[in-house]
Amino acid sequence: MSFAKFGKVSYVSETKLQEFETKLEAGKIMGTKCKKCGRLYFPPRADCDCMKGEMEWVELSGNCKLMTFTTLHFAPASFRYEVPYTLGVAQFEEGPTVLAPLSKELGEDEIKIGMSLKLVPVELMGGRMIYELKKLESQ
Amino acid sequence: MEDAQVTTNEIQASIVCSATHYDKQRTPAGVIAEYLGLNPQPTFNVEAVCASSGVGLRIGWSFISSGLHDTVAVVGFQKMTELSSAEVQEVMGRSGDVMWESPFGTTMPAYFALYAKSHMQKYGTTEEQLAKVAVKNHFYATKNPKAMFQEEITVEDVLKSRMIASPLKRYDCCANSDGAACIILASEDVARKVTDTPVWVAGLGLASSPMALTSRGPSYASFDCSVNAAKQAYGMARIKPKDVDIAEVHDCFTITEIINYEDLGFCERGRGGKLAEEGQTYLGSKIPVNIDGGLLAKGHPVGATGASQIRTLVKQLRGEAGETQVNGAEIGLAHNLGGIGMYCAVTILKT
Ligand SMILES: [Zn+2]
Repeated sequence: MSFAKFGKVSYVSETKLQEFETKLEAGKIMGTKCKKCGRLYFPPRADCDCMKGEMEWVELSGNCKLMTFTTLHFAPASFRYEVPYTLGVAQFEEGPTVLAPLSKELGEDEIKIGMSLKLVPVELMGGRMIYELKKLESQ
Repeated sequence: MEDAQVTTNEIQASIVCSATHYDKQRTPAGVIAEYLGLNPQPTFNVEAVCASSGVGLRIGWSFISSGLHDTVAVVGFQKMTELSSAEVQEVMGRSGDVMWESPFGTTMPAYFALYAKSHMQKYGTTEEQLAKVAVKNHFYATKNPKAMFQEEITVEDVLKSRMIASPLKRYDCCANSDGAACIILASEDVARKVTDTPVWVAGLGLASSPMALTSRGPSYASFDCSVNAAKQAYGMARIKPKDVDIAEVHDCFTITEIINYEDLGFCERGRGGKLAEEGQTYLGSKIPVNIDGGLLAKGHPVGATGASQIRTLVKQLRGEAGETQVNGAEIGLAHNLGGIGMYCAVTILKT
């Protein structure tokens, strides 16, 4: 079971959560939920804190609010050609939180803590899969 | 050891503290104990990233209070120049959760920048207030011959310095460096025999927080592990924050020092920026903090930092701090935060 396609760079190749990557390729952001205590996890986990439950996959809406962010001008070696880029922490309407890159479509001056965003799967060149925080489409 | 007037054969164990991912030498306790002449006594490594020697101190204290040993050396060190800048950057990229966070290019400054933005949003903390922390710590570094930076800087220098991870700029960040510091811990009997000016460990606290940022929150304006470790240490020492005469806090970034003021109870929640702005952490004001230059200007040799904080406090409590001596200092507090805020050790020392 491989997890090698997830992220701009992967540091983890083996996981019990491989299905996350498959579902991401199919356009879905999945969390896991404990069948016993009902706790919802994102990032997904294969085992619950309660140590009793079996987990099931649940799809998240992707709708979230930005809690904090930063724009990096100095990066780890594998990311040095990408600067500047912005990372943020956002909270899903379902409760859990995610750390993710903000889409480059968003200008730094447009970004505000508390703004509504949507986490969406993005396929990169070479077939790598990530998710990104995007602006909500204007209605 | 010269200072503590003990010889190597009197040291019954050595605890070697470093963030081992920065070491070329695997399991460095081996060579360090050998070099210091501390064989055949027990020696081993302790790793809690930036909090390694704060944790090492706690282990040494337990050895002594359990009666297992009478005299223990806690050696903190880091030799970061062994790694190329690219290697350091690569290691830095893996300072958070490698499955869900590092794949997006996180860095140490970025993690603390996320806290900075959150603190600014929540409490109105400003970049100028952050800059004031760097100005203070660089000022005191000029009075510490062992500090890495020896020049004063201005608020303008900080604000104009290169952006690293917004809002943190070059001077908001500490520098990687080489360094070492050693603490000799002894039982009461031994301590009274070897010195007329012993400094006592009055309180210890150690706590942890989740590694993944997403398992923290809902606020990114405080470090839970700091709050918990401080509570334990104040309780054990039976003192209150206002009783502290001098503090060494973990200023890996300017924002961290401001959050530490609040987490340690030196000011009300949300008032850390104001405390810095008003200069209330200089010598002679409300509570002198990092008047040896701190991590920002003294340097941050990761594994040595916690022990170096203790050295500063010991000098102060013995009245040997020269130009930066806090008059009549009796209680000192060291706050040593590990990594991106997963571990925190708080130590309270008394005369
Ligand atoms: Zn459960």
